[in-house]
Amino acid sequence: MTLAKHLGIAILAGVVLLALSSKLDSFRQYQLAQVAATVIAVAGLTVLIGISGQISIGHGAFMFIGGYATALLVMHLNWPLVLVIVASAIVAGLSGAIMGVAAARLRGPYLAGATLMLAVALPAVAFQWQSVFGADQGLDFTVSTPGFLGASFQLTEWQAWLCCVCALIVLVLLANLLRSRVGRNWRALRDDDTAAALAGLNVAQLRVRAFIVSAACAGVGGSLLAVTMLNVTPGAFTLALSIQLLTAVVLGGLGSLAGAIWGGIILVLVPPFLTNLASSHGYAAGSASVPIVGYGLVLIVVILVFPAGIQGGVRRLLGLARPSQAGPVNAIGRRWQLAWKSAGRGSAAGDAADNAAAGAADNAAAGAAAGNQIAASEAAATDGVTQEGTP
Amino acid sequence: MNRPRRLGIAPLAALAAVSMLVAACGSSKPSSSGALQASAPGVTAKTITIGSHQPLTGIAAPGYDEIAPASNAYFQYVNAHGGVYGRKIVYKYLNDQYNSSITTTDVRQLVLQDHVFAIFNGLGTPTHLAVAPFINAEKVPDLFVASGCACWNAPSSWPQTFGWQINYIREGKILGNYIEAHFKGKKIAYFYQDDEFGLDGVKGLGYEIPASQVVAKEPYNVAASNPAAEVGTLTAALKASGAQVVVAFAVPAFMALLRLSELSLSFSPTLVSSDVGSDPQTLAGLLDSFAKKSGSFGTSLIQGIITDSYLPSLGSNDSWIQLFTKIHNQYIPKLPLDGNVLYGMSVAYAFVQALFKAGRNPTRQDLVNAVNAGLSQGASVAPYAYSSTDHDGMTGAFMAEIMNGVITSLGPVQVTDNSASGAVTTDTTAQPPAPTSGIP
Repeated sequence: MTLAKHLGIAILAGVVLLALSSKLDSFRQYQLAQVAATVIAVAGLTVLIGISGQISIGHGAFMFIGGYATALLVMHLNWPLVLVIVASAIVAGLSGAIMGVAAARLRGPYLAGATLMLAVALPAVAFQWQSVFGADQGLDFTVSTPGFLGASFQLTEWQAWLCCVCALIVLVLLANLLRSRVGRNWRALRDDDTAAALAGLNVAQLRVRAFIVSAACAGVGGSLLAVTMLNVTPGAFTLALSIQLLTAVVLGGLGSLAGAIWGGIILVLVPPFLTNLASSHGYAAGSASVPIVGYGLVLIVVILVFPAGIQGGVRRLLGLARPSQAGPVNAIGRRWQLAWKSAGRGSAAGDAADNAAAGAADNAAAGAAAGNQIAASEAAATDGVTQEGTP
Repeated sequence: MNRPRRLGIAPLAALAAVSMLVAACGSSKPSSSGALQASAPGVTAKTITIGSHQPLTGIAAPGYDEIAPASNAYFQYVNAHGGVYGRKIVYKYLNDQYNSSITTTDVRQLVLQDHVFAIFNGLGTPTHLAVAPFINAEKVPDLFVASGCACWNAPSSWPQTFGWQINYIREGKILGNYIEAHFKGKKIAYFYQDDEFGLDGVKGLGYEIPASQVVAKEPYNVAASNPAAEVGTLTAALKASGAQVVVAFAVPAFMALLRLSELSLSFSPTLVSSDVGSDPQTLAGLLDSFAKKSGSFGTSLIQGIITDSYLPSLGSNDSWIQLFTKIHNQYIPKLPLDGNVLYGMSVAYAFVQALFKAGRNPTRQDLVNAVNAGLSQGASVAPYAYSSTDHDGMTGAFMAEIMNGVITSLGPVQVTDNSASGAVTTDTTAQPPAPTSGIP
């Protein structure tokens, strides 16, 4: 039932995007492709953070892996593009599995630190093996439009199509995954991992799985970004990118796939829009700082006006507010508070008191302790409802 | 808000067909009279719009962020004095932060959305390498890349792309020739950027300096997450090698870090620098800001650095310096009058030369043809190499030393070629003075 609904929405969106992309000029098509590729990576990250309750400050690293895998496969093996994208997803997913094994043992700030390290360290690989990865200059490659579209078909339009179709496929798959048993288990894990373990869930395995899914998405995003730009360089996958992805997740709405679309749009389109705005108003000399200032303003305004992200704000404006929107924000916020406290203070008595306080506030814990994992996620939903009125 | 101008495929195809027909008739000579028309993308009856990618923020920004405003100041001057055949030049430069992935998007915007007539003076080797294939595929003139990579000279694969400043191989040969003559038998070490820029420079040095004299080669990574720590480690290695002369192919920020590391390690070899990293004002300013000092700290640290230069020296009463000082004072008085400003105006002059040569109603191909036919040397101290088979720019430079914060010549202009065997010779022709109007 939900599968049919998700598919229906995706097909409708696909038709609209196809019609739209042929009307756009080639730079807009290029931007559309960039947005679609970014949306995939942001969607993967929002699932990891917002649904499974783990943090990654280094997701750009998985995009790096996907991007370089794509460039190397196209350059050296000349595989068909679809196969290359799938292979890039698998490679990134496998590295996500390795990261996930570490993630299964780490929490809160420690996990953040580990993923941060990955994002800082990985681009150095490109410099270490210069002959393979091309150091600063990266790798250039070409792709061509498939023959059945005709010789005069624009490359940028084909890139836009490819990225949009991939984005829709990934979003449908993720949406179904989140509605499935796996998604429910992730939510239970997010809201209280102790309770989830007591309920019989394999917490470590669930964490690793979430990392695999999320890294594979980032891999597809990186791969498509490479196919759009026709090159990969270490400069494309800096730590700044990882932080931007995180920003996009929060801006769009933590744990919301629709929010991931907002996040991707903002990430790609707002900086050049502001630059053009500045230069068309005669601020050519100062236009370098305008996008940075403008981006900061957008962040502040969204956080102030829509604490649950743009998607949360849209739902509230449309009167569609659904409880799950508020859930992850509060649950994760509380989790972080706890983790910081226990990391910084280490006083057993204090922690016990904090845990007790948090436990009392957390309906999910009680629900899961009763031994029913579905009750746990529903309890989380109730938790959200009660807090929706006072964000 | 900048609305994208949509250009259908039909007019483009028609344009291409017409220009091919014209070429086939053998009358591709640019017209010198007649009404001004919209003869190519980016050219209207009133304006010529050109674009560029520049590091306005980020690691390469200090100093280099002055280049595009300086070029723009020269274009403003030309616009105020009749323009190019009456058209005003509109210069749109986007910030790529010296990051190739941003360059990729910037240049696509300039070509596909803003429909610029040409890409002018795109700055940086790794950045411009990421876009040169695209620019050439779109058949957009790619004039005077702001990088001395020898790679721009590839007329068969990249017919639209032209270098401008002396390339790093030639520069390395001229520096190497001087070192070989003045520091015979001394231990020499190289400090260079680990990309085409540094590697080309080291290649040129190697053509002149025997390998047996070179005791260390230390490459740095421009994207290093902690540049100061990286340069510190490399400087320690340079010191350990016992080098008496250190030759640097480095951007100004890394040059300043090298100098500070030398100071903290009490290591004082003779420092020889590529022109890229030796602008006195930029370097002294960076040293002051990195070390949080003021006064003459930076200037005293750069005293005696040996370098080369391919533009007239600031502070001399050369006619080019007088012209550019006048334009600087009128249009960009807030920027320091330094080597970067000089560079920006000089390259803008060369571009205006090419525009005039391309004719009243130029197509993109006319502009490329104009440069292929050769340019007179303008503000460059040495002649240009331009021809249809050679897309290198300047062929020479003069050796110099930084004295009291000013580039001071150590001898006449030296010219050479890109080959291992080609000699470094003295250029005997005098540089023509700047036109009194300031316009080519």
